[in-house]
Amino acid sequence: MATADPLLRVDNLEVNFGAVRALKGVSLDVREGEVIALVGANGAGKSTTLRSISGLARAKSGTVTFAGTVINKRTAPQIVRLGIAHSPEGRRLFGGLSVAENLRLGACTRSDPDGVARDTEKMFVLFPILRERWKQLAGTLSGGEQQQLALARALMAAPRLLLLDEPSLGVAPLLVRHIFDALAELKRQGMTMLLVEQNIALALELADRAYVLRTGKVALSGIASELRVDDRVAQAYLGAAE
Amino acid sequence: MKADLRIPLAVAAALILAAVVAFGAPHVVGDYFVRILLLIALNSILVLSLSLSNGFTGVFSLGHVGFIGAGAYAAGILSLTVQQKKALLPHLPDLLNWFSLPFLPATLAAGLFAAILAVIVGYPLMRLSGYFVSVATMGFLIIVNVVLINASDFTRGARTFTGVPLATSLPWVLGWLAVTLLVLSRLVYSPFGRRMKAVRDDTIAASAVGISVLRARLVAFVIGAFFAGVGGSLYAHYLGSFSPNTFYFAMTMNLIAMLVLGGMGSLSGAIIGVICVSILSEVLRSVERGFTIGDITVPALFGASQIVLGFLFILIMIFRPKGIMGDRELTFGLSGRSANHNQKEGKDR
Amino acid sequence: MSQLEYIIQQIINAVSLGSLYALVAVGLSIVFGVLKLTNFAHGDVMMVGAFTTVLLIGIGMPFAPAMLCGILASAVAGFLIERIAYRPIRNAPDVTRLLTSLAVTYILENLGILLFTSSPRNFPLPDILNTSWQLSGGAITFTNINVLTVALTFVSLIGLGWFITRTTIGLGMRAAAEDMQAAQLVGLNVNKVIIIAFIVASAYAGLAGVLWAAQAGVVQPQMGFTPLLKAFVAAIIGGFGSISGALLGGYMLGALEIFIVAFMPDVVVPYRDAIVFALLIAFLLFRPGGLMQPNREIKL
Repeated sequence: MATADPLLRVDNLEVNFGAVRALKGVSLDVREGEVIALVGANGAGKSTTLRSISGLARAKSGTVTFAGTVINKRTAPQIVRLGIAHSPEGRRLFGGLSVAENLRLGACTRSDPDGVARDTEKMFVLFPILRERWKQLAGTLSGGEQQQLALARALMAAPRLLLLDEPSLGVAPLLVRHIFDALAELKRQGMTMLLVEQNIALALELADRAYVLRTGKVALSGIASELRVDDRVAQAYLGAAE
Repeated sequence: MKADLRIPLAVAAALILAAVVAFGAPHVVGDYFVRILLLIALNSILVLSLSLSNGFTGVFSLGHVGFIGAGAYAAGILSLTVQQKKALLPHLPDLLNWFSLPFLPATLAAGLFAAILAVIVGYPLMRLSGYFVSVATMGFLIIVNVVLINASDFTRGARTFTGVPLATSLPWVLGWLAVTLLVLSRLVYSPFGRRMKAVRDDTIAASAVGISVLRARLVAFVIGAFFAGVGGSLYAHYLGSFSPNTFYFAMTMNLIAMLVLGGMGSLSGAIIGVICVSILSEVLRSVERGFTIGDITVPALFGASQIVLGFLFILIMIFRPKGIMGDRELTFGLSGRSANHNQKEGKDR
Repeated sequence: MSQLEYIIQQIINAVSLGSLYALVAVGLSIVFGVLKLTNFAHGDVMMVGAFTTVLLIGIGMPFAPAMLCGILASAVAGFLIERIAYRPIRNAPDVTRLLTSLAVTYILENLGILLFTSSPRNFPLPDILNTSWQLSGGAITFTNINVLTVALTFVSLIGLGWFITRTTIGLGMRAAAEDMQAAQLVGLNVNKVIIIAFIVASAYAGLAGVLWAAQAGVVQPQMGFTPLLKAFVAAIIGGFGSISGALLGGYMLGALEIFIVAFMPDVVVPYRDAIVFALLIAFLLFRPGGLMQPNREIKL
């Protein structure tokens, strides 16, 4: 199924938290321009997978290869510079900093002020609310606004690959639609994304392909549109609860 | 449990040895070594009393010396003779100025006074964690210092407090060390001691299984303060004269260095730490005074010994943060195994 | 002397003392913000700056460049302390890091004693700074060093304000103080942020050290100890880790101390420091986040 040279290849990744094996050999790949969904029950290892790609968690074994470079020994800031931006679970904004300052830090690895200015304008098109809230402290935004800022902050790094962890979490239903519209627009523009999402229906609607994780392993993978009607996806969820 | 009996047994063996030393040493070795031996034993009492909260319960107090100072002054005031009180402390309230206590009751009173102080201070402060409790207890130490300097009716203020009878002898100190060790080893290796350690290792989990964190910390703090007060009295009766700054940050640093070097979760470690730091300081101090080898004269370098100790301390923090003993106990060959090892084995069976 | 003039004099005293506390507390708070470390060595970094200045004035350098060199020396000292002592234990438990900073203090103080002995040395303040101003026929007095202290505090804090809101590394310092991991995720070089934070904080310590010694008229190896303890109180009252909190706390503490000395009965005055540290304990217990971070929880 994998063609030559995917943008990101995760190979047999194992991660331990103390005595707990969080990932037991996860393999997946993401090709340029693809949107990949990573779904599964709580504790299946979705966030851990993203965290070990972006350098927050250290793998015990296995490799992560990005654009031909093995990155799983690199630090998180180095990985950002290579072109992977991670919008983490819980958003992790700098609440005491303004919207403007958060976005500026999102671009802190870049040295092209013109490009940064252009991308900031793009963010205003994608998330108009950010222009209104420009001087406001991030901590005072609503959940949905914070999520938009978190996405924008990650995008300001001008990544080649965007890792998204639960963009719908803590967001009012109406705004969830809005956020996924923005993600669809990003997809149309050619952004490569690896998306972790509890809301399977939304995730599979947006994604090209999907991997279903279950207790630290890939239980199932395939074309998103096919998985949408596959009973085994639901079983993977229920099975994880045993 | 058999494993738990070994430590009191080891202590008893050590005591017999200590008694022989206590009464034999003055006849065998010179005054200098008796003095060092006495200081090691005295500091052992102080460091052991510190280990209860800082080592076993995970409340890193920087205020312990406040209790030592309070004990020293309390004992000093109690054991001055009535004539001395009239001369040195003319404004002492009538309640205190008509009697004079012998050494032992004065020492017990000093311990009790420090313990009561610890109840009052600890009841609010033991709710704090991490370095906030350290900073708060440091505040307590400073307050004690300010009070000692200013309550001159009781303490002669910043002037030297003198006239305390020089009653502290090696047998006395070793005797008190034995009592301290017995009480602490019974406490630390009891079910309550396990609760203390649970509080230290994981406060949230400990309270989740129903351990009263406040109670465990407070008990450790108060018992530690009692022996700190006793140690303070011994110190006062050893020095004879002292001032508020005798019981301040320099002493704090010294005791902490001994505790950390030896291992914060171990009674024998505390004593080993005292021995190591005491011997090292003595050696360094004699080097520091300057010496001559052949034609080369090394000038006096005052402060050099503390610098070496400080660097040693940092190296320990970096490379062996658990100190020499960590959580293990030396059991004087009676079991040949560490206390923790025994417990683990018991669990495996 | 009228009541009003007395009060104005006390306000001047409070602003002057508060400026010194604020300068020290800001440095402490910067370090606490990024590292969550209560840096006891901060007071000794003050001492480094003050001694360097005194020695340079001693060999004939004018006051202003000597002070700049003193600040520089403090910055270098801070840099070295971070690299040698704090970096290896950066991820160690709180207590280990606290103890390490105590050990650094112990080393620096004794190094000071070794090099300069523990007896105080005169701070050779140029005459122009000793010139005093007398208003209302002498009822209100202050010297140029008071003026300089307040002025330099304001200028340097405006500079700091610019740094932490306009530069990427300054923004990074604030970001790292809030969420170290998120700061790494946006690609901030955390080592660089921490080292710059240390250098900036230590330069503040140097400035504070020179001004403190200049006001006191003497330098000695343990000179940093009292201001350090007071600055702890100031920083915690304001909200430890918050720069604006440290400022607020510094001036409040200055005002409180002057108030006690100027307006409280004579029996209370000697207990000033006891009152200050009782206040510290009260804040830790009832408002641990200080005035600026009312919701912070540190209790069980």
